[in-house]
Amino acid sequence: MGAQKKKDAARVPEGLSRQRLQAIVIADSFNTRFRPLTLERPKVLLPLVNIPMIDYTLAWLESAGIDEIFVFCCAHSLQLIDHLKKSQWCSLVRTIVSHKSTSVGDALRYIYEQQHTETSQIQGDFVLVSGDTVSNMPLAELIREHRERKKRDEKAIMTMVIKKQCSRLRLGSDQLFVAVDPVTKQLLYYNEGGEVCLDKSLVLDTSVLVCNDVKDCYIDICSPEVLSLFEDNFDYQHLRRHFVKGLLVDDIMGYKIFTHEVHSSCYAARIDNLRSYDTVSKDIIQRWTYPYVPDISFSGNHPLKLGRRGMYRASDAVQSRSADIGASTVIGYGTRIGNGGKIFNSVIGNGCSIGSNVVIQGSYIWNNVTIEDGCEIRNAVVCDGVKIRAGAVLQPGVVLSFNVVVGRDFVVPAYSKVSLLQQAIKDDSDEELEYAYSSRGTADLLSGVNNLQMESKASELGPDGAGYIWEVFDSSHDEEWWKHSIVPIPMEKLADITQVTDDGDIEDESVVPPRGELKSDNDSISTDANDPNDDDYGYFQREVRETFLRAVEEDNNVDHVTPLINSLRFSYNMASADCAGAIFYSMMRLAVDSPHNSTSELYRNATSIINKSKGLLGFYVKQIDEQIEVIMKFEEMCEETAELVPLFAQIVHFLYDKDVVQEDAILRWGEEKAGADESDKVYLNQCEAFIQWLKEASEEEEDEEDS
Amino acid sequence: MPDVQSMVAEFVNKLRKRKIEGSQATAKCTVELLRSVISHQRVPHANQAAALIDAVKAVGQQLVAANPVELAVGNVVRRVLHIIREEDLSLTTAAMAGLDLLDASDDDDIDNCKGIGYPAMSAAVVAAAARSTLRPPSLQTLLEGTPESATVPYTSSSGADSESKSKSADKSSLTRKLKHDVIEGVNQLIQEISGCHEQIAEQAIEHIHQNEVILTLGSSRTVLEFLCAAKEKKRSFRVFVAEGAPRYQGHLLAKELVARGLQTTVITDSAVFAMISRVNMVIIGAHAVMANGGVIGPVGVNMAALAAKKHAVPFVVLAGSHKLCPLYPHNPEVLLNELRSPSELLDFGEFSDCLDFGAGSGSLQVVNPTFDYVPPNLVSLFITDTGGHNPSYMYRLIADYYSADDLVM
Repeated sequence: MGAQKKKDAARVPEGLSRQRLQAIVIADSFNTRFRPLTLERPKVLLPLVNIPMIDYTLAWLESAGIDEIFVFCCAHSLQLIDHLKKSQWCSLVRTIVSHKSTSVGDALRYIYEQQHTETSQIQGDFVLVSGDTVSNMPLAELIREHRERKKRDEKAIMTMVIKKQCSRLRLGSDQLFVAVDPVTKQLLYYNEGGEVCLDKSLVLDTSVLVCNDVKDCYIDICSPEVLSLFEDNFDYQHLRRHFVKGLLVDDIMGYKIFTHEVHSSCYAARIDNLRSYDTVSKDIIQRWTYPYVPDISFSGNHPLKLGRRGMYRASDAVQSRSADIGASTVIGYGTRIGNGGKIFNSVIGNGCSIGSNVVIQGSYIWNNVTIEDGCEIRNAVVCDGVKIRAGAVLQPGVVLSFNVVVGRDFVVPAYSKVSLLQQAIKDDSDEELEYAYSSRGTADLLSGVNNLQMESKASELGPDGAGYIWEVFDSSHDEEWWKHSIVPIPMEKLADITQVTDDGDIEDESVVPPRGELKSDNDSISTDANDPNDDDYGYFQREVRETFLRAVEEDNNVDHVTPLINSLRFSYNMASADCAGAIFYSMMRLAVDSPHNSTSELYRNATSIINKSKGLLGFYVKQIDEQIEVIMKFEEMCEETAELVPLFAQIVHFLYDKDVVQEDAILRWGEEKAGADESDKVYLNQCEAFIQWLKEASEEEEDEEDS
Repeated sequence: MPDVQSMVAEFVNKLRKRKIEGSQATAKCTVELLRSVISHQRVPHANQAAALIDAVKAVGQQLVAANPVELAVGNVVRRVLHIIREEDLSLTTAAMAGLDLLDASDDDDIDNCKGIGYPAMSAAVVAAAARSTLRPPSLQTLLEGTPESATVPYTSSSGADSESKSKSADKSSLTRKLKHDVIEGVNQLIQEISGCHEQIAEQAIEHIHQNEVILTLGSSRTVLEFLCAAKEKKRSFRVFVAEGAPRYQGHLLAKELVARGLQTTVITDSAVFAMISRVNMVIIGAHAVMANGGVIGPVGVNMAALAAKKHAVPFVVLAGSHKLCPLYPHNPEVLLNELRSPSELLDFGEFSDCLDFGAGSGSLQVVNPTFDYVPPNLVSLFITDTGGHNPSYMYRLIADYYSADDLVM
């Protein structure tokens, strides 16, 4: 006894001298990729090779030496808390519940707020992961590195884990581009998906490592400043899209992010969509995640027995002798498999009963599923309690949510998602969140189920089935459905992609790519500089016209429109002559577009419009040059619109009458045009008489003055 | 008691996560844990040995389940159980001897009782002997004639009729004595485990001769100490170290050997057959030694053993007594191997493309077993801390260390 106490006493100061390691696990994905499954169960509790995902994360964090884990729950928090209480980590884990959070940003802000109310919360550096991370990398070294760097450089607040990876398609994630300083490992650029647009200085600086063959593991070591940064910038939602980008681009208080490339012998992946669910499951079966594999009881689970050809089998699973169970298959406790079945590359949960002559390939069958004789299941996810009646076929990519019943001989079409719950009305998806449903409560769910059973005749899954087939409504993700499904990527798609990557193959060489490949900011401007006006002027003119039309419709007076047009002018970098031209153009367009039967009517329209908005035009035509521009513009327009040709002289005259165009301008225009080609002189000739009259008038005036 | 439980839980956790490596370290941790289990166990007046055995067994089952591949855990648990049984036996025989003296001077009732009791007991001995295929009744057991199963009812019955006063006093002292003796025995076991390297190394001089070439594979502390002990005795010899892919622990061993001043050459595992003709002796450290004399060793060992057999080179296995496992390798319940992460073989990043892409194309599978099994006919000699033994003698050695009742826990 005495010796024991001494030992304990010896242990305490050691614990105090060392800073406690803490981790925040975000147990909500804040997206809809796993719907409809996540309507009934939080994503982190979905079984991954028969063990809830979060158990992998927690087991890893625990063995990496984390002393305290905060699990942030949002959707279905009760289920999650219940699970954590029963697990072996209950002493280690503390839960934080907030139903209001809709993003990682909200979650971290909530944690930050809680920090002040509860005493012992985040005290120092912490590990930030999501609850769907599977990894076996050691963290101690990484945390030490982060702390040392923090000591040297106050501004180094985050270390991000990246990993070399050849094919982004494995996990169905977007293309990732990062630029890293090879010496300090500072992250200089981060872009996931989207257009790559590197700063020129980065591209030219040969010491910077630009690469696109890495993946982001979404494992971060953060200093407490990260929380307060989220608090300060309340619009940050996404950790990468907003926070990282914000730090890199906006240079907030000079904070820096560093990267750590994880050693290739370690495994780290995040389950973000069904494809990565499939890939990571296979990696687990292939033991890349050792020691977090099914035959080791790392989370208090019953270990399965590993047989030949990578087959994991529970000791009490009953299997007919004639059943053919292939390599890389997992069969859970209490599962019975009938005669003549063929099961390959699949995971079958606990308590399932599988009839005779069933074919299961590349599928994930969860717990307590009943599959009757002669069914065929390929590349599907089948959740708890599903019943598949005899002869039914699940085509590749099907997802059957909890307790769905597939009718006899029914064929579920490929890539369909089936749930007992009806799909939400399309447009309530203001934010794509799991919790939208959780608040509804179980009563609602149950009533839905009851209704369904009553009207099961009308079910979409055959006469004796139950469940609604969901439509793929998110058109923006439409082209990506194959990317995120568990079905192997179809050959033609694969060909497309490889072609694309072949084209950009040079980029793969993780050194600085040739300049042509990447568009740098400065480059793009310099190439555009050759022909800046043509396009820009077109846009400008269109914008001005729209503004003008709006103003006319709303009967705005000049004071309101001028600022608008001024702002356009500055944003397009135009001279006031351009404005005058554009406005006049808009006016004449309006005149032409408004209904008219004859030229005289058109003239009347034009004059009334000019009358109405001459103030606006007058604002921009204070100089002779601008007035000439207006006349030239008019000339151009007449070329385009034949209707206006006969009216040219009249309208110019009208403009003169209304003091929009001064005498000098018209005369100057006449002089300029006098030397032009004969074809250009059409309008000049029209105005001959008018100009003559003007000249005479001026001479008369002079005469009068003289006399 | 909760303290012990948390210690058990902690150790179980470590075993599960494969955080403790090496049979010696595991064995030592296990014994120390069992010692504290025993010392914290409250012992009832009657049947204290059974209580202790139950407690140790309960903990032992958890430990074995946590990492069934690490056979040393099971071995040590069985050793402790054996110690308890032995101590109990010797105490009861001592008590009985005392009783016998009393009986001789006292009444005839006991004599009658004994008259009935002894034949019954001997029957039990025979039954026990018949049950245990492993352990034929040793001469000593036969002479002492009190297997533990029969002892307890006997003492209680004899206590019932005769001197109840002296018995109760006797019993409490007996209780304390049993626990004390058991802890003594466990302490001895701890010393034995921690001292096994030296015990084995002492014999080095008898096996390694001047100018010999020794081949070893992988890394083993026992082998290191063994070779160094020979070096210290001024023997000069060369060592070939097969690197032991994929974990390449041979590299570490080679580094250590060179640091201690031995002539060392590193070869690849696949070069073993080419080099074996120049080798005078193969010495390897075992992960476990099975009851039939088969050896579980680092992967690649079987290949080295076959090469040695082919060239008639002695194949010597060093094993501390905690590595002797009373189980047979053909028992399907015994888990002999473990597949580790394929990342030790392949770089995950580079090969991720061909691992599972598309069901149509072939996918790459990687198997990375940790251990190898060497059948007993390939082994020339076992060197344990008690000396050198033939493979065919291992079962006998094991019978000395383990009690037949504990084989199945």
